[in-house]
Amino acid sequence: MIHECPVCGAELELGSGLIKGELLECDECGSELEVVSDDPLTLAEAPEAEEDWGQ
Amino acid sequence: MGTINIGFLHSLVRKEEKLLLAEFGKHPDVSVVMLDDRELVFDLCTVPPLDAIIERSINHSRALHALRLFDSLGIPCVNSYRVAQICGDKILTAVALRDHGIPQPDLRIAFTEDSALKAIEEIGYPAVLKPVVGSWGRLLSKVNDRDAAETILEHKTVLGSYHHSIFFIQKYIRKQGRDIRAFVVGDECIGAIYRHSDHWITNTARGATAANCPVHPELADLCVRTAVAVGGGVLAIDLFETGEGLLVNEVNYTMEFRNSIDTTGVNIPARVADYVIARARAGSRA
Repeated sequence: MIHECPVCGAELELGSGLIKGELLECDECGSELEVVSDDPLTLAEAPEAEEDWGQ
Repeated sequence: MGTINIGFLHSLVRKEEKLLLAEFGKHPDVSVVMLDDRELVFDLCTVPPLDAIIERSINHSRALHALRLFDSLGIPCVNSYRVAQICGDKILTAVALRDHGIPQPDLRIAFTEDSALKAIEEIGYPAVLKPVVGSWGRLLSKVNDRDAAETILEHKTVLGSYHHSIFFIQKYIRKQGRDIRAFVVGDECIGAIYRHSDHWITNTARGATAANCPVHPELADLCVRTAVAVGGGVLAIDLFETGEGLLVNEVNYTMEFRNSIDTTGVNIPARVADYVIARARAGSRA
């Protein structure tokens, strides 16, 4: 599947099995992207890390 | 045996979550219900038909409150609300470790600039200032002298939100370029890694590299006792090696393990999934 990076417009070749909420990285611009819908597959720039994120 | 319904509490789906989902997918009698914390609405009454919940939210505050709500409905959660509450707050963690006789670095807690400065001078330089709630090594300060202490304390007070004026001050431990992160599932320390870095902060999120750390009896025993101290479950424990033995630095309740599977040779997500399924079958709280 070819999709466009919503940040830089580069073509992204994506595998199957992506799920809603999944994080991806654009090989071209390095942006972190989120799968906001898996049907139809829609990408958006991932949210910025917040203060209480992660461990 | 009937189908087990596992609620998978998440926000963004990182590599860890994909690996866990793949492991749950290997169990034909397990049905996973995705619970995106950005879409959840609670009414305090409706009990979702779930046998257990695995918590994988990236936000501590959402995880904490969602766990309290699910816990209040009688659904077993891995980890429990109580564990999240303790591990998400360095002061509560320190108290739990103290209560259970777990060795930890010398520390002080203070609530004003003046008292924090006194506490830093008491503990000696260098000292480490940490946010009470925080992770990935963010906003840690190594305070090398009084000038730095005064500056950092003023900046935290003036520029930070109110919780940055709860000062958690820890003795700086010289760790010779590495610390240990160990993984506990239930009553077993299943593996551990050394985190190597030239920087004094050794989080892999900050570029530290991982190498296998053999789980020797002292490490296993301390990690299991630490897990018990904070309430048990699935935990990642950060430790320092010192001449006087191991010290527990932090305990993480939504552990990240992507860099530790190949390094340890342990299928960490499989062990976690098995534990959650067992909890669901047992139907009781930890």
